Amino acid sequence: MIFVTVGTQIPFDRLIGAVDSWAASVGRDDVFAQVGEGAKPTRHIRSVPSLAPGDFGSRFAKADAIVGHAGMGTILGALQHGKPLIVMPRRASLGEHRNEHQLATARRFRERGLVHVAMDEEELAVLLARIDSLECLGRIGDRASEELLSTLRKFTFEG
Amino acid sequence: MTQKVLALASPGGHFVQLTRLLPAFDGADLVVASTHPDYASAAPSARFALIPDATRWDKLALVRCAWRILRLLLRERPDVVISTGAAPGYFALRMGKWVGARTIWVDSIANVEELSLSGAKVGKFADLWLTQWEHLAAPGGPGYAGSVLS
Repeated sequence: MIFVTVGTQIPFDRLIGAVDSWAASVGRDDVFAQVGEGAKPTRHIRSVPSLAPGDFGSRFAKADAIVGHAGMGTILGALQHGKPLIVMPRRASLGEHRNEHQLATARRFRERGLVHVAMDEEELAVLLARIDSLECLGRIGDRASEELLSTLRKFTFEG
Repeated sequence: MTQKVLALASPGGHFVQLTRLLPAFDGADLVVASTHPDYASAAPSARFALIPDATRWDKLALVRCAWRILRLLLRERPDVVISTGAAPGYFALRMGKWVGARTIWVDSIANVEELSLSGAKVGKFADLWLTQWEHLAAPGGPGYAGSVLS
């Protein structure tokens, strides 16, 4: 199962449309998408507007691969579950977000080699073509770095 | 004396990041607050408080959200308030000072090029004010002390 997600806020029709067309052209019936409230209807893939937080978790756990916007919930969810992840950043210039921070997030996480990044639909098509052989680039544990945790611990318990 | 900690964040990525910070509060009396009851399962040993969601584009929702957070703060009287964002977290830190809490802001790791708007404005109400990117740390704050990645 390929799980596609655009996060909890607004739709991202450019991503969903590209995945929908790809799935139709190669006849993939194992794609499930969370598309946001008010998204353009999909033609081929199954989709829901939103998922409860608990359902996001179980979709991540069950998926073989994840395709999403470059949001932190998506990135951390996929890495925590050790799943291959393709992200495509939302563009504020196309009305997909309020600022361009997903571009910067996508670039940084690509530099760190943690996720597969498609900057646009063309790059997405290239990655989708080999989605079954993509690897999880950087599995992470279930908690923050020890440096951060000990800083918070000291502040809280030692003042 | 047991420290009482209120940990609060918006849904989605903000809350996922907050969850990754909670092991720091083992041994504290922990109250977790967010906008969906499903999030209670993220910290089974903590108490959970539901708050209304709000973004800075909906003024009425902001007022309602701030009011509910104030009531939560008055009821719980936490020693420490921590948030990763967004607007509800700003309220929690700012009003947390009114009830005498010490406050922690960990700006979302999504903010790579500059702090979030809430994160920049909350600086003067945060006793521990952190960015998750070393290059955004500055002498007058925010500081850098690692990130939610491990």
